Amino acid sequence: MSEDTSTRRTHMADAPLLEVREITKFFPIKSGLFGRATNSVRAVDGISFNVLRRETLGIVGESGCGKSTTARLIVDLISPDKGDILFDARRLGTDLTLNELRRNVQMVFQDSYASLNPRLTIEDTIAFGPIIHGVPREYARRLAWELLSKVGLDPKRFAGRYPHEISGGQRQRVNIARALAVKPQIIILDESVSALDKSVEAQVLNLLLDLKKELDLTYIFISHDLNVVKFMADRVIVMYLGEIVEVGPVESIYAETAHPYSRSLLASMPSMDPDHRSEHVALAGDPPNPIIPPSGCRFHPRCPIAIPKCKTEKPLLHIQKTRGHLAACHLTAQQQETF
Amino acid sequence: MIEQKTIPLDEYTRSPSYWAIVLRRFSRDKVAMFALAIIILLFLVAVFAPYIAPADPLKGSMLRRLRPIGTPGLPLGADELGRDMLSRLIYGARLSLFMGITPVAIAFVIGSSIGIAAGYLGGLFNSLTMRTNDIFYAFPSVLLAIALSGALGAGVTSGLLSLTIVFIPPIARVAESVTTQVRKLDYVEAAKASGANNFTIIRVHVLGNVLGPIFVYSTSLISVSMILAAGLSFLGLGVKPPEPEWGLMLNTLRNAIYVQPWLAALPGVMIFMTSIAFNLVSDGLRSAMDIKS
Repeated sequence: MSEDTSTRRTHMADAPLLEVREITKFFPIKSGLFGRATNSVRAVDGISFNVLRRETLGIVGESGCGKSTTARLIVDLISPDKGDILFDARRLGTDLTLNELRRNVQMVFQDSYASLNPRLTIEDTIAFGPIIHGVPREYARRLAWELLSKVGLDPKRFAGRYPHEISGGQRQRVNIARALAVKPQIIILDESVSALDKSVEAQVLNLLLDLKKELDLTYIFISHDLNVVKFMADRVIVMYLGEIVEVGPVESIYAETAHPYSRSLLASMPSMDPDHRSEHVALAGDPPNPIIPPSGCRFHPRCPIAIPKCKTEKPLLHIQKTRGHLAACHLTAQQQETF
Repeated sequence: MIEQKTIPLDEYTRSPSYWAIVLRRFSRDKVAMFALAIIILLFLVAVFAPYIAPADPLKGSMLRRLRPIGTPGLPLGADELGRDMLSRLIYGARLSLFMGITPVAIAFVIGSSIGIAAGYLGGLFNSLTMRTNDIFYAFPSVLLAIALSGALGAGVTSGLLSLTIVFIPPIARVAESVTTQVRKLDYVEAAKASGANNFTIIRVHVLGNVLGPIFVYSTSLISVSMILAAGLSFLGLGVKPPEPEWGLMLNTLRNAIYVQPWLAALPGVMIFMTSIAFNLVSDGLRSAMDIKS
């Protein structure tokens, strides 16, 4: 993947902060008395991408396309079958321990309630990470208070509370504070704002932007909401059935869409302007069975412009008009237009 | 990244903890509090038996055999060997409570450890331990208790041991199922993602969320344990005569059931009262812990 030329970012580091190389995860389907694996769900099928320092990388796709699995694979909450994770050019397992990786890459989950231990007060939840990394208890507690005020919650009011006593937006702020507590460089936001009300969502998104600027953070922003991704991301990855179909700077993805799947996704995006409702046919049907993915291009059964070659030959990611913009489609953008 | 500033830690609102709320809810439950009072009373009676009992529970007299309830000097009559029934019931509380609680307490510790480990680690370890567990679970508890005591021989220790073995499988099973649920929750994942080891995660994030349900389930087993212990004694496998124990007393008095039915029923009444009190406390605890967030 080539370097990004996004105009949004001013800082540009040469080496990627995080590299994901050919990562693969198949979930076996066990059946029968002895639980033999008879088949497997190809959740993530050999994907590679880079995350650059201080960028926000958006990952979009339908549910079941492997977005969340990818997030969990990065921090090894699920162990990959194949592939490498490199953080700061150090390979996990050889030059980098899992603990170091996890200190640097934190996650914020979708379900703000399930991701907080109901028996711990908010300060205890936030202080947990620092304490297990050897920060003295009293300092960890003060750190928790610092972080609470940083995410916009008054420590005096919230530190001693339990998760069920506060609202969803406040809980998600606590989850962000908890992720920040171990001083990570990357935060993976796995549908972190999807469950919130629109007004609360906007507040949390603005908080995330402020924190990013203040703490020099890098985000991996996973969402199915294309409007939010457009607002947050510098670069976007579009995933379909465990594979990357398109990747590039957010402007070119949205303006010079190069893959028919991305185009259908964008067409299904609700417009903010009622006078500009999309005339495109939104994507019909469900994604095919990931146990037996279609031959050739995995999108061909649903693709409105598929040609015979799509059924037999797997398209590879290749460079588009803008630098850093890649798509996996046999047809060029112009050919696609003529259909 | 974050500068160290000092925030005054005063004027700080701390919510009551989960257990404080449970305790408050439990204390408002009149039935459960009444049952708890009975249990506390029984404990006091057991502890202070020598001071309360009017007579020696082992001293018999052929002249006073099977005196009815209300005989002067013998408020609850005398048993088949002329021993003071009231004193025997009072002393009997000691062994009966001991046999009811101790096996469950030991099984709680062992069963929870097995179940939590199996539930948290999952996979092959889970399959191996839980299937082994199922082998024991497959036997009806009475049968298993009798078979084990029979093999180990009569006596308090073997009774205790066999009852403990009987209660480990069901407790382990409950522990495994609640732990499996908790393990899949995001906060355990988040704890893993912050780099905590399994031991720390279990201590901080799992135990607090699983011990409650396991504890409630275990308290409901105390009454079962008391009845099983009484059953073992009744069959001559548990406590040996002349030791006063309610189950054993029921056994030795059964020949007198046509002569003094009320007298013969007294130990049964005690077993019934105690086990129902434990069950009510367990129920009260269960509903006090069932807090909808």
